[in-house]
Amino acid sequence: MNAISIDVKNVTVAYHGKVALHSASLQLKAGTICGLVGMNGAGKSTLFKAIMGFVKPVTGQILINGLSIHQIQKKCLVAYVPQSEEVDWDFPVSVYDVVMMGRYGYMNLLRIPRSPDKQAVRESLERVEMWQMRDRQIGELSGGQKKRTFFARALAQQGMVLLLDEPFAGVDIKTEKMMINLLIALRQAGHTILISTHDLASITTFCDQVVLINRSILAYGDTSEVFTEENLARTFGGSVGDFASAKNRFTPVNQEDQSWT
Amino acid sequence: MDLVQWFAAPLQHEFMVKAILVSALVGLVCSALSCFMTLKGWALMGDAVSHAVMPGVVIAYILNIPLAVGAFVFGVGSVIAIGFIKSKTRVKEDTVIGLVFTGFFALGLVLVSKVKSSIDLTHILFGNVLGISDSDIMQTIIISVITLVTLAILRKDLILFCFDSTHARSIGINIVFLYYVLLSLLSLTAVAGLQTVGIILVVAMLVTPGATAYLLSDRFDHMILIAMASGVFSSVMGTYISYHIDGSTGGCIVVLQTLLFVIAMIFAPKHGLLVRSRKQLSDSV
Ligand SMILES: Nc1ncnc2c1ncn2[C@@H]1O[C@H](COP(=O)(O)OP(=O)(O)OP(=O)(O)O)[C@@H](O)[C@H]1O
Ligand SMILES: [Mg+2]
Repeated sequence: MNAISIDVKNVTVAYHGKVALHSASLQLKAGTICGLVGMNGAGKSTLFKAIMGFVKPVTGQILINGLSIHQIQKKCLVAYVPQSEEVDWDFPVSVYDVVMMGRYGYMNLLRIPRSPDKQAVRESLERVEMWQMRDRQIGELSGGQKKRTFFARALAQQGMVLLLDEPFAGVDIKTEKMMINLLIALRQAGHTILISTHDLASITTFCDQVVLINRSILAYGDTSEVFTEENLARTFGGSVGDFASAKNRFTPVNQEDQSWT
Repeated sequence: MDLVQWFAAPLQHEFMVKAILVSALVGLVCSALSCFMTLKGWALMGDAVSHAVMPGVVIAYILNIPLAVGAFVFGVGSVIAIGFIKSKTRVKEDTVIGLVFTGFFALGLVLVSKVKSSIDLTHILFGNVLGISDSDIMQTIIISVITLVTLAILRKDLILFCFDSTHARSIGINIVFLYYVLLSLLSLTAVAGLQTVGIILVVAMLVTPGATAYLLSDRFDHMILIAMASGVFSSVMGTYISYHIDGSTGGCIVVLQTLLFVIAMIFAPKHGLLVRSRKQLSDSV
């Protein structure tokens, strides 16, 4: 259970020669949830993309369960939900079809779903309370419902590692709580979760560990030790204001703001 | 002339039977592919590739190799050229596409005019399905089988590639491979379409049925069936009409396709203009 699941070693990522993430290292144990916190432009999404192999690090190495990401992808071990889905919302696919796409890795070349696939899709949709809307064309959903659909797709993948880039942006409190409970259940089952969020208040409720990031990793470790006012002030360049108020900000209006980031 | 006569009379000519069958097949294949083209936003790419195959076709004539081979090389080559220029210069993509395909097309024109051969330029430009040779029919059949089988096998992956290539990548699907598959099929069907409606109009075969079906359905599987039905219908009826009015076959086919699109645009049950304006009316009340 305590094997290293995500191992990021000394990774530096640059876009067109400009460094976005400098020499990042972290090791996540299997069966833990790790929160990723930092300002806009701090390099959170970049870290996710590097782990997924979408951007090639200038230096460093990333292993998941001791294997390279490409080996891992083939084994359906990792599910990634990007910050914003760059999809065509008018595309003729239903909610059900989208979640089924999470199962393609388990299927043969023709991608014909078998009963475990159908069951996984149904369960995932039920978990995020979207089963009733399974036949909707995806463009006919609200922003939060869209997020839930893609979250369900990640659940349906049943990967041991979940990479979630701001899954709470634009969802209401009730949905956020539901997602958090699902994540806690997944941790129980031994899944490893790396999640970025701007919702500082909820982090202490479910993250075992926290990574504070601003172009490089500023602090990283158990939530109780790392998630301090002092560290947060460093992370946000002193702009976080007082942490107590951040803790209390837990309103849907605030959630809505985050969808712009 | 009664209706039965209208349909039966042309079938007394062997060339008409062949023409109707070939254009039906081409209509079927092009419309299947057109769903992917419209969903991927590749209409402009389709236009580019279909024009860029021209020098390949001419060179293949000269070398006496299958037209499809020449077309394939230049079709894929043009897209690689587009990608290369786009990545190496600051010129915007649509400019690069316009520049490359006209360049290739012009090269084709020069080749046709300077090389002594039996190639008839108007046949390349406007199609010649009424005079199609048996070897061309064979080639069309081979292209069609390759395309339909590939689409049938890779359908789900290609849909995912068009819809969400990030997810495709994240589950280890090779999207570069799928990109080139789609591109290769585009080049091949451009050749097939070229014989029926000609280079100028082939893009219509590769776009319009997909666009029509897109307005009529929110399910991919329905969309592709509707597209194929409308493609085959236009091809067959277009060929008939061209016989009866003694007009351009390619022209008749594409005019029919466009008519079907306009009808769908106005009357589509969910995305049609009538429904939309009625909705707006009831919303404003
Ligand atoms: N494709 C790209 N090309 C060039 N620069 C990029 C690209 N993507 C990100 N960057 C830059 O890299 C830096 C880190 O971006 P990243 O998206 O990782 O931030 P983030 O922490 O996810 O921010 P946010 O909270 O706004 O999502 C930013 O300065 C950004 O401008
Ligand atoms: Mg981000």
